[in-house]
Amino acid sequence: MSLPLTRCALLAALVTLPVAALADALTGDTQRQVTNWPAIAMFALFVGATLLITRWAARRVRSASDFYTGGGITGFQNGLAIAGDYMSAASFLGISAQIFADGYDGLIYSTGFLVGWPIILFLLAERLRNLGQFTFADVASFRFAQTPVRVFAAMSTLAVVIFYLIAQMVGAGQLIKLLFGLPYSYAVVVVGVLMTCYVLFGGMIATTWVQIIKAVLLLFCASFMALAVLWNFGFSPEMLFARAVEVKTGLAAATGLEPQAAAAKGLAIMAPGGFIKDPVSAISFGMALMFGTAGLPHILMRFFTVPDAKEARKSVLWATGWIGYFYLLTFIIGFGAITMVATDSAYLAADGSLRGGGNMAAIHLAHAIGGDFFLGLVSAVAFATILAVVAGLTLSGASAVSHDLYASVFRRGHAKSDEELKVSRRTVPVLAVLAITLGIVFEKQNVAFMVSLAFAIAASGNFPVLLMSVFWKGCTTRGVVAGGSVGVILALTLTVLSPSIWVSVLGYAKPLFPYSSPAIFSMPLAFLTIWLVSLTDRSGRAAVDRQGYAAQRFRAETGVGAAGASGH
Amino acid sequence: MKLDDVNLDGNAQSASGLKLENDPRLLSLLRRRSRFSWQLTALMLAIYFGYILLIAFRRDVLARPIGDGVTSLGIPLGIGVILAGIVLTAIYVNRANRVFDPELDRLRQEFGE
Repeated sequence: MSLPLTRCALLAALVTLPVAALADALTGDTQRQVTNWPAIAMFALFVGATLLITRWAARRVRSASDFYTGGGITGFQNGLAIAGDYMSAASFLGISAQIFADGYDGLIYSTGFLVGWPIILFLLAERLRNLGQFTFADVASFRFAQTPVRVFAAMSTLAVVIFYLIAQMVGAGQLIKLLFGLPYSYAVVVVGVLMTCYVLFGGMIATTWVQIIKAVLLLFCASFMALAVLWNFGFSPEMLFARAVEVKTGLAAATGLEPQAAAAKGLAIMAPGGFIKDPVSAISFGMALMFGTAGLPHILMRFFTVPDAKEARKSVLWATGWIGYFYLLTFIIGFGAITMVATDSAYLAADGSLRGGGNMAAIHLAHAIGGDFFLGLVSAVAFATILAVVAGLTLSGASAVSHDLYASVFRRGHAKSDEELKVSRRTVPVLAVLAITLGIVFEKQNVAFMVSLAFAIAASGNFPVLLMSVFWKGCTTRGVVAGGSVGVILALTLTVLSPSIWVSVLGYAKPLFPYSSPAIFSMPLAFLTIWLVSLTDRSGRAAVDRQGYAAQRFRAETGVGAAGASGH
Repeated sequence: MKLDDVNLDGNAQSASGLKLENDPRLLSLLRRRSRFSWQLTALMLAIYFGYILLIAFRRDVLARPIGDGVTSLGIPLGIGVILAGIVLTAIYVNRANRVFDPELDRLRQEFGE
């Protein structure tokens, strides 16, 4: 395994090396930063270290189980890895940028991203661990006809994974372009090649460790930044907020507003603003974030890496704690950026906007706090964040293809472990090429809607299917397939008809669907369809499905007969 | 209940001839545990959607300053939702570790599962 890995590292180096030279040639572009050598050094250090981990992990991947589950880790480790998987660049850069721009609104994102976790714990985590082996489809199809349920689960997994991947690739491309002065398409290819290396050779073991290391680094950097901001204001949040309001008032006054109007605009950062326009969108958005978290396949997959239900539970507690702490930090970082970045001409372009785009608020704050060196560290960590997230997503997509489609559907459960592994490994480069291509195609698109689309699909498809199959005896194969498909298709369709695509992308004057998130319609309709179709299902299969509930419930609740995380 | 067609370990019978899945102590445990999970779920939903409804209909409440400063009521409320999520998670894990798990382990041991 070490030969292809070396080749892989070489390939990554080949793509990365000309970058510096190229960057110097391209610094004339005002949209790009000057080449940042400390950042490049940090970046190289991190990539080197993670490739070493992958090499170490590659020797330990012997079976499909090792590849998907990493052979069993503790709840604490898994909690950190989940946090690493979940604290994406969208959270770190996106939420702090949202706060930098509009203040309070960023906190609405943070709460929505967090509250899905308790729901996962109370209703799903332990039962998932007891019923499943590699993918959430193991759980959703436990007592049902394997083929239709797994085909549905694989499709909806791939839909969620692809949209999430595109968002991360576009984010990564823009970040790298701005940080290292490297052309966008190069940046996307670098991310694609590195992610392929991690997943292909190291499987879940390497992915897990990359996520853990990245989580620790990100928490460290964010803590340091938040502490530095608070220290500036004598550890008084009120002083920090007051200064932020003052800065925003000053900026508003500079645009020629009356003093009173400027003061009102400054104070507006302390309350929900324009980002959620109407009550229906607010509730719909809230539902998508909360229940979408509980349906993300790459997150659900992480519960199969621990040995039992108890460790699954522990991992959620650790993950929720770290993620919640992280969101409190981003809140301080966002407000800190208003006070320390928004007034400093070194970080502003000629027209007064943030140099390098709105998403760079946290990155500029890192420079304001710790100079070039700390900027380099934070940039490298932000890049690592994206790598870790895309690696987890790719692994989840590959397992849907190999475990659900190939082993369970095409081979009817008779595939050998090494055959399944081979299919997984062949899927990874395919997904990488797809992600790189789509990442380049979608360069100019707003990534926020793709993330929210991934959450909306997960909340409307995977979540209702999982919940009903685990908790409702009357649920049948037809019911989950029909309901899940209705949810996914409706979520996709309504998003296309919504302002973010119909108006912004396709250029029509008025959206056919006026709200910013489809979940308030698509999720209840998915539940309703599952219920109605199951209720009226008189097929022979339906009788088998209902009869299987008692055994499923017994195993889900007690763990008797559950598969171990390794050695099966 | 029909367990014959699933791959359980086989020896799911105690000396009394009752199977674990029919044992009244297990059924009572599962009932209590499930009620506890759903209560916490309902509480989390109420807290979060209460907050979302405030954003949807009563932004003025969230914008109200606390005391003389600029800090608005929305800030402790929003942070409170995050902390509530962590605290409820900890409450569940604590109860499951101290009460539910030992009970289940005892039953499983008794039935040799």
